[in-house]
Amino acid sequence: MKVGRYKVEHLQTDLLIIGGGTAGCFAAVKAKEAAPELDVLILEKAHIERSGCLAAGMNAINAYINPGETPESFVRYVRADSMGLIREDLVLSIARRLNEVVREVEGWGLPIMKDKEGNYLARGRWNIKINGERLKPIIANKALEAGARVLNRAVVTDLLVEENQVKGAVAFSVRKQVFYVVQARAVIVATGGAAGIYRPNNQGSAHHKMWYPPFNTGAGYAMGIRAGAEMTSFEMRFIALRTKDVIAPTGTLALGFGAKQVNSRGERFMAERYAHLGAEGAPTPWRVYGPTQEIKEGRGPVFLDTTHLSEEEVRELKKSYLNMYPELVLAWAANDFNPAEEPIEIQGTEPYIVGGHTQSGYWIDVNRQTTIDGLFAAGDVAGGAPYKFVSGCWAEGAIAAESAAEYIRKKRGKEEFQEIDSRQIEVKAEEVFAPLNRSDGVRPHEMEESLQKIMDEYAGGISRYYEMNERELSIAQRKLEKLKNQVKYLTAGDLHELMNCHEVIDRIDVARVLVKHLQYRKETRWPAYQSNLDYPALNDREWLKFVNSRYENGEIKIYERPYEQLIPGDRYLP
Amino acid sequence: MSVIFDYNQCNSCRGKDEPFCVKYCPGDLLSVDSETGRPYIRNEADCWDCMVCVKSCPFGAIETRLPYPLASYEASLKPRVLADRIIWHLKDASGREEVFEIKNLE
Repeated sequence: MKVGRYKVEHLQTDLLIIGGGTAGCFAAVKAKEAAPELDVLILEKAHIERSGCLAAGMNAINAYINPGETPESFVRYVRADSMGLIREDLVLSIARRLNEVVREVEGWGLPIMKDKEGNYLARGRWNIKINGERLKPIIANKALEAGARVLNRAVVTDLLVEENQVKGAVAFSVRKQVFYVVQARAVIVATGGAAGIYRPNNQGSAHHKMWYPPFNTGAGYAMGIRAGAEMTSFEMRFIALRTKDVIAPTGTLALGFGAKQVNSRGERFMAERYAHLGAEGAPTPWRVYGPTQEIKEGRGPVFLDTTHLSEEEVRELKKSYLNMYPELVLAWAANDFNPAEEPIEIQGTEPYIVGGHTQSGYWIDVNRQTTIDGLFAAGDVAGGAPYKFVSGCWAEGAIAAESAAEYIRKKRGKEEFQEIDSRQIEVKAEEVFAPLNRSDGVRPHEMEESLQKIMDEYAGGISRYYEMNERELSIAQRKLEKLKNQVKYLTAGDLHELMNCHEVIDRIDVARVLVKHLQYRKETRWPAYQSNLDYPALNDREWLKFVNSRYENGEIKIYERPYEQLIPGDRYLP
Repeated sequence: MSVIFDYNQCNSCRGKDEPFCVKYCPGDLLSVDSETGRPYIRNEADCWDCMVCVKSCPFGAIETRLPYPLASYEASLKPRVLADRIIWHLKDASGREEVFEIKNLE
């Protein structure tokens, strides 16, 4: 395929939402509610019906204020779970809206399980059970019903920013050779986080058998990095504890079915070695660090023990997974595996960058505005507020949408769209389509493998039990700079591969920032997520602060930002 | 392996802009073969096994086959999507069958 006759399509909208997933679709509904006169346009890389983290469904809401809890107690819990360092203002603002957004989606048709009195069925302190197989279509249809326009199969590559004010974005279609130039009065970026930065658990024909969507490739972070937005806490990677092979969530087993972690000797090692941190209730990073150390020290495999389950409970367990990770049920059937007879083997995933679980992402104010005027962020791409999950992404989408609507009303409502320099657009389009014109060069999957090898071996990947030291990180940094200079050799045979090219370009930009952050924090705050063997201790005296970064004149500059405690109490007590 | 098509069942969603499976795949992995006019998977290794295409097919013509390193050849899991529920038919490697009916819309 040759580039040359691509068409440029110009679009204008009041509010552009980049990414039509969990946060983006909800934001679209809320923006139309807050200001029905606004034109809202979603640009979506796949199709909003089943894109993003909710593609296969969801079986629980994991951020909900159950009876007896409060938004403040939620903040205390999240703070302790994140080793005493979070943006309390952000987490509190989410917590105050969790129950409202959950009830709203229930009203749209989401089945939430209830007890005999009609109360939501809790599955842990902050969790309720749902039959969420159709959750994504439910919120996608609501966005359409609310009047949002949607452009599917449009891959956004860059934001348009002038004098630190957002003006829109550019994208290309993976269905036809079209380059979109979208002008907007405000933009919400809601693209999700990044998988595939590190070598994943499975290889070859199974390399995409991962927990986080392999199609979430860090685009939202990367476009912000390139536009000079300030980013925070990339060093707080997210490593999930998942079932081995089919990398499915384990909360269903631990919280839903009372399964405990045991090692090869049958020891309840979390209780034995991490009792001071809360044993199996230890902060999330420790619940990955613990089993990883067991494996490293020769006491693996590690299991979640399900052998206490009755056949009826196994059936319920399968139903639970069919709502979210049906392929695990298929794998058990194919391998004649019965969780009532054998414990389920578990392991840590590749490290992801996911602001909805940890807190890597855009540095935002409480209105969700980034450091670029008119650019808002919500969901996995927004930083500072871990433990969001699905409902927190809705809450944050709502806040971002309402703030963006207010911003447009106050600052840019009467703004005339300026004519965009056509020469500038042409240069950008040529650059975006360039891999189609190269007959010889590097295929995107080759470059992806190269990136994943560097990150796995020198920046604390699975093969290194997530541990790293300064020397390794400096090697990673050097190799990434070299790799960055190789993107000019990327070659694509069609528009799908062109998308793959931009995915690896984005991943490399995210990885470079990640390594800078990992180098800068000279302590170990979140074991496994960020285990620096040269600085193995947590050091509140010097490192109770945020590590932020910003791309300036081609260089990643690091800034420190202070932590502020809003909710009183011991920061390490949940 | 990833998904397999039963072309005796598939009619390429005749009359639609593109087949539903092609339209909805979150990874843009399904495409229409320009010679046969049939949908196919362009890169099996990139499949996430999310079953979106399987659920979207009006003819039940698509089946998920997990990557071989993770799962033996036999066994199948087939969803039937109804207005407010989904019915899963599971068959394990020994031929045992289970059916699960789950309401997914109130």
